[in-house]
Amino acid sequence: MDREGVIRGIAGPVITAESKVSTRLYEVVKVGNERLLGEVIRIRGPFVDVQVYEDTNGLRVGEPVFFSGELLSVELGPGILGSVLDGIGRPLDRMGDEGDIFLRKGFEAPTVPRDRKWKFIPLMERGQKYFPGDIYGVMLDVGGLEHYLMIPPLERPGTIAWIAEEGEYGAGDSLFSSTDGLTLQCLQKWNVRVPRPFKGRLPFNEPLITGQRIIDTLFPVALGGASVVPGGFGTGKTVTQQSLAKWCNADIIIYIGCGERGNEMTEVLEEFPHLKDPRTGNPLMNRMILIANTSNMPVAAREASIYLGMTLAEYFRDMGKNVAIMADSTSRWAEALREISGRLEEMPGEEGYPAYLSSRLSQYYERAGRVKVLGSRERVGSITVINAVSPPGGDFSEPVTQASLRLSGAFWALDKSLAQQRHFPSINWNLSYTLYERSLSDYFKRELGEDWNMLTLWLRELLESEKRLQELVQIVGRDALEDLDRWKLHLAWLIKSFYLQQNAFDDKDAFCPPKKQKMLLEFFREIDDRVTKKIRDGALFSQIHRISLPLWLERMKGLEVEKMETKKREYIAELEEELSSLEVIQS
Amino acid sequence: MSLYKEGSRAIKGVTGPLLFVSNIKCGGYGEIVSIETDTSTLMGQILQVEGDLCVIQVFEDTMGLNPESTTVWLERDVMKISLSPALKGRILNGRGEPIDGKGPIIYEELKLPIQGLPLNPVKRSSPNAYIETGISSIDLMNTLVRGQKLPIFSGAGLPANELATQIVKQARVPGSKGQFLPIFAAVGITAREAQYFINFFNDTGTIHNGIFFINLASDSAVERILTPRLALTAAEYFAFFLGYDVLVVITDMLYYCEALREISAVRDEVPGRRGYPGYMYSDLASIFERAGCVRSGRGSVTQIPIITMPGDDMTHPVVDLSGYITEGQIVLDRGLNDRNIYPPINVLPSLSRLMNKGIGRGKTVEEHRSLADQLYASYARAKEVERLRLIVGEDGLTEEEKFFLRFGEMFEEKFLNQGDEYRDIKESMEIAWDCLSILPKEALYKLSEDIIVKKLSGRERKTS
Ligand SMILES: Nc1ncnc2c1ncn2[C@@H]1O[C@H](COP(=O)(O)OP(=O)(O)O)[C@@H](O)[C@H]1O
Ligand SMILES: [Mg+2]
Repeated sequence: MDREGVIRGIAGPVITAESKVSTRLYEVVKVGNERLLGEVIRIRGPFVDVQVYEDTNGLRVGEPVFFSGELLSVELGPGILGSVLDGIGRPLDRMGDEGDIFLRKGFEAPTVPRDRKWKFIPLMERGQKYFPGDIYGVMLDVGGLEHYLMIPPLERPGTIAWIAEEGEYGAGDSLFSSTDGLTLQCLQKWNVRVPRPFKGRLPFNEPLITGQRIIDTLFPVALGGASVVPGGFGTGKTVTQQSLAKWCNADIIIYIGCGERGNEMTEVLEEFPHLKDPRTGNPLMNRMILIANTSNMPVAAREASIYLGMTLAEYFRDMGKNVAIMADSTSRWAEALREISGRLEEMPGEEGYPAYLSSRLSQYYERAGRVKVLGSRERVGSITVINAVSPPGGDFSEPVTQASLRLSGAFWALDKSLAQQRHFPSINWNLSYTLYERSLSDYFKRELGEDWNMLTLWLRELLESEKRLQELVQIVGRDALEDLDRWKLHLAWLIKSFYLQQNAFDDKDAFCPPKKQKMLLEFFREIDDRVTKKIRDGALFSQIHRISLPLWLERMKGLEVEKMETKKREYIAELEEELSSLEVIQS
Repeated sequence: MSLYKEGSRAIKGVTGPLLFVSNIKCGGYGEIVSIETDTSTLMGQILQVEGDLCVIQVFEDTMGLNPESTTVWLERDVMKISLSPALKGRILNGRGEPIDGKGPIIYEELKLPIQGLPLNPVKRSSPNAYIETGISSIDLMNTLVRGQKLPIFSGAGLPANELATQIVKQARVPGSKGQFLPIFAAVGITAREAQYFINFFNDTGTIHNGIFFINLASDSAVERILTPRLALTAAEYFAFFLGYDVLVVITDMLYYCEALREISAVRDEVPGRRGYPGYMYSDLASIFERAGCVRSGRGSVTQIPIITMPGDDMTHPVVDLSGYITEGQIVLDRGLNDRNIYPPINVLPSLSRLMNKGIGRGKTVEEHRSLADQLYASYARAKEVERLRLIVGEDGLTEEEKFFLRFGEMFEEKFLNQGDEYRDIKESMEIAWDCLSILPKEALYKLSEDIIVKKLSGRERKTS
């Protein structure tokens, strides 16, 4: 039986079809003679509204639509790591011939490649009982990564009747069958709009190490937590997300270019295969899936792309991995939602966004977390969300920023005026915050020692007093400041220039491991102790100012961790010498 | 193709540039129609279809259109532009018809839809060739790269047009043998401005090897929706079919967006910020993203759109959304202009996001990045000291701060203020080093010791 309908109306990315067959919400539809992919988003009697994931120009009333009977789903399996997908899961590198530089419509290609085979090793055997989530085998994916094959979440427990022998298998080959008729291939499908189930949530206990000093030291995000990066254009959202994608300690990265620039996707594709994962030595591209739905690609697919990304993240989480998912930018997703809602002539809410903006957004954030995954053996996996937000005019009071803020635990506020001074990352330390500090304090104590907390506290206090002193200078001028306060201001400037700033394009500086962060902070602290004492003993700030601290700090930053301790002692000795040679006029 | 044309006379209504026409069988979204009135034939495009009712936007003025005696004919095709190398050297109107009196253009068979198709991100290659514009503050601090989209944010009365023409005249990719083609799209500018451009291109001979699309302020506003797309389709043809390095200048995107707003308002759409439609980001992206380089070919499209900031406000939605899409921005500053500094480029809010790809060893010089960083840091500091001076007075400043003031002055008067002069990157850098020589060595922390010694020792400390 053909489940068909006829196009009755077209308005941008939304078409209305009339059909006699019964349809479901979010059912996948092929639209028009070109069979453009779409999804049912509203049903009113015989009329069905469909959002179309491809350009609708040239589509005509009277053309047919075909209902697939399925919901929008994504293929899961080996061969998807390292690939570039569009918003609905089609691999962009298999689109068109070599010479085809433009994206054509109506293109179909499976997410999991059909022309490849992977080595399979069974991990369970015939007669064994299984539960959903259990790993029955492993396939070796790019770069030797172990891709676990799991019993799909919604299957019932059962007993294995047959399992394939070790060998090379493709996406369509059977690998497993049960006594009650379940057969499995390495390929699974999952409906992107439905969260994959897990056993239970776990408390946060570890940070996502980003190697970005200001983030790890002051505003860390927990594994399984969520952070937002709001900022006007040019403040560094993309560079920050890319730095995290490169250097953070997640096992898998899902990077969603959601309504942003094509060239930024190209840049990732050109750069990541040549960068090595600092922990495994593998090319960084091998742990990553790029979802590219750039600003000039169809709007409706932007809406779908974040669910696609999240489903991929959950799949790897279910294997017991730590996944980081970044979307650049959530605002473009929200705008897509707004555009579709407008075409449906729904009642607009704040700034024209539909009233369900924040509930949709929270559905997305809810899928993050650190969880006990399905399976009879205990496994823990996590999804950490890092979302860019692009507020119009850089004004954080708008609905998307505000909704994101409520749903996340770390807020990295990017600041236009810092960016204009080329202070990068332009994370404003006064506006940003993290709610994960307490959950992570045990971890930091264990990894960096008891004094880490003291150091960060010292740093926060310094930044706080800098703010106060700056205000004072505005009122009374600088001459009214005591020498000690002038030193404080100078020290804060040093901290800002050599600690909080971090150049993403400098090979030596781009990634700063936590141990190094601590070493640098200690260095600052020791300098401060000595200088403060000297000033208390009567030295003038102008005398201190001549010491070449910036040079030392710049050099320290460039060193490897192992070499830092020795160098630090050298510099401190030099400092002490210089300080003791200062002539102090006792009053 | 059918031999007869389908048409409808059932015009249900006209408001502004929109026609509501019923009795249309199988209307196609985005398709072109011709509209025959008593006196003339207009062109329109289907914006929305509901059953047999179509909403049509008309590209010409609908003044005097009488629904009773009008017929809408379906062309059964989306809007396309005919392409040919013969376009070179021609002046066309905003709809792509020649207006230079040189007769019809001999087209080849190729016709492309002006809406264009998105470039597959996998098939792009990152822009990475340095373009020398001859302008110090661009070349040294906000480097333009071949395949980049870098707008000029201007203000009413600021010399954006002068700067754009200067760039068209001077831009070159050192060492490149590629053929260069400027394409110019005027969108809603005044006849006087248009004349300025034509004169300029005549005087420099560019008129013979460029393509010019002109939609004047007095032309139909709806036509402005087409003009940039025509120019970019031609650009893609010359770049990706014929291998040219195309530089597209579009002026002024503000008027484009106003046209978009006008149509949106007539359609009763939910307005976004300041009345601009909510889909303006996507719409602008469908224009600005049509720039870049591709892996398989030689050609490239570089875009320099000019955008006027109403009230010099960078947070105005048109400017703001553009900034989110383009790869940086060159910002003109009224304060500098008032002091007769040309080009009045304020480097602090300016940015070239692709700069790092086009500079450095083998492209310009190794120390390019750190020199630019140092200039930024020092100039930002100089501006800070200027503000501080307002509070504490000249006497309240330290010696070091006074050096910064002097640096700031020299930077603006010597480095920024270059007039019409062409400076190659070496000359620009010499002037930059002269400016930096004012500052004490400790202040040059973005530069390596070696470079400081190499570049500054022996240089007479400049006092402005
Ligand atoms: N950590 C950083 N180190 C050095 N430069 C940076 C850094 N972050 C941002 N930048 C600079 O700022 C520019 C804009 O950053 P980007 O991430 O593209 O901004 P956004 O995505 O917020 O518009 C970059 O092109 C780069 O020049
Ligand atoms: Mg960005």
